[in-house]
Amino acid sequence: MSQTPYDRVKLARGSGRPTGLDYIGNIFKGFMEFHGDRRFGDDPAIVGGIARLNGSPVTVIAIEKGHTARERAKRNFGAPHPEGYRKALRLMKQAEKFGRPVVCFIDTSGAYCGVSAEARGQGQAIAENLWEMSTLCVPIISILIGEGGSGGALALAVADRVWMLQNAVYSVISPEGCASILWKDAGKAENAAASLKLTAEDAKSLGVIEQILSENEIGQKPFYDRIRTLLDREFQTLSRDPDLVGRRYERFRRIGADAPVR
Amino acid sequence: MAIINFLKPKNKLEEGGRTAAPVQRDEGEPEKKCPNCHKDIPLSRLWANHLVCACGHHFRMKARQHIGVVADKGSFQELYDEKIASNPLQFPGYGEKVDTVRLASGEREAVICGTARVGGQACCLFAMEPYFMMGSMGSAVGEKITALFEYAAEKRLPVIGFTVSGGARMQEGLLSLMQMAKTSAAVKRHSDQGLLYIAVLTDPTTGGVTASFAMEADIILAEPGATVGFAGARVVKQTTRKALPGGFQTAEFVQEHGFIDAIVPRSNQKQQLTELLKMHNGGCVDESDAI
Repeated sequence: MSQTPYDRVKLARGSGRPTGLDYIGNIFKGFMEFHGDRRFGDDPAIVGGIARLNGSPVTVIAIEKGHTARERAKRNFGAPHPEGYRKALRLMKQAEKFGRPVVCFIDTSGAYCGVSAEARGQGQAIAENLWEMSTLCVPIISILIGEGGSGGALALAVADRVWMLQNAVYSVISPEGCASILWKDAGKAENAAASLKLTAEDAKSLGVIEQILSENEIGQKPFYDRIRTLLDREFQTLSRDPDLVGRRYERFRRIGADAPVR
Repeated sequence: MAIINFLKPKNKLEEGGRTAAPVQRDEGEPEKKCPNCHKDIPLSRLWANHLVCACGHHFRMKARQHIGVVADKGSFQELYDEKIASNPLQFPGYGEKVDTVRLASGEREAVICGTARVGGQACCLFAMEPYFMMGSMGSAVGEKITALFEYAAEKRLPVIGFTVSGGARMQEGLLSLMQMAKTSAAVKRHSDQGLLYIAVLTDPTTGGVTASFAMEADIILAEPGATVGFAGARVVKQTTRKALPGGFQTAEFVQEHGFIDAIVPRSNQKQQLTELLKMHNGGCVDESDAI
């Protein structure tokens, strides 16, 4: 493929891509949205609730960017506040109580960087999700469908399986942010994108994700049918694992464990 | 968002450490200007006061100095010193930067881990190093913290951790991001065994460290005036294009918003930590020993 990593970043950010709600509406049946974190408020940047996957109940959580300008403004461009992460966690704990699996669709440039988000504990909200998800007793599958921006994406991705769309990206920092910090020049984002190893192929070779999902016929029925089949099959496998939580621990434990010893 | 503030030590004092020789001036004792009260303070007085100005300003401290403040003399035994950063993504310039920082800081990585006694109480202890790429978390840092919590869980020891960090180490890309999940899972396992973890947030604690093990402690303490936040203030300002409220992201601001248990000046840290360890070690304490 002749696309550069920065081309992939632009593709991942493209406004024509399906968003979280498109996946929910086309893969599942009978989605019922549940609002609010029962602490402070309801964050429109994260939607969640329950739905049926080939008949079985699942908890579904998605970061939603919106399509039109008005929707995007309402969804805060897919940049969640702490209450969004707390709502997601509330729904995951509910899934655990009732023994249903969790699927998360991730698409964010990052957790929102604002005074309100800081005042309400953005760091603490993300930390709590990482901490709780690490021992959640039901299967979790997270799919990066567009941008996977740093801690704001990881807060929904401490999962048993993490998959990425072919043109999704997953990164510790935006290429522009990286270039401006390291080289004092946001214009060097192309170089940063290449150095950060943020494409789906990179993430797979680094052992950070299990599978890359093809974007053939993206947004059409066969595309969603494929993902439904994959989710159904994988949840059946995971639900038979007697050591689900132990294996999730090992999944993350081995990343970076080969740091050289000198 | 990961923000890496790579700051070089501004002078010999900030470079800190037991090894740094005082800068010789033409006459009299060398002094350092306090950024808070703007007075010149003789270095000897600063050293005697754990790098705290008479006005209360806490100067930044090296990891080993924090350990020195709280650990009983000679009790600290370092662990995992052998785990160090590589350049897993072949990120341009990273290898050279690590080499330079190693020389300048005298440390091999951005966190020091080990076991110690604090007021006679056995514990695991970690302290992050501001002069090693601003305590940024790469694979080696994540690995050392994780290994320490696993060790503490196995030996049934409490953990005390001094945090300082610009966030995830972006030169290690996704691998550094994953350390947030890895360390969080280890902290959770330690916690699920009923064991105590106390974090002491020092200036600055931000980014991926705030969004993982810094905010996962049973008891979260902070040094006065320390910057504590997720996104850097500059990024928040750029995003919102508004002036920031006074005291934004200070430990006092974060405490007021409900995320820090107590702000503890350096002079009280050893005593407070000792008392907290004693109150969690299962046994009754003679009240005459209490603070």
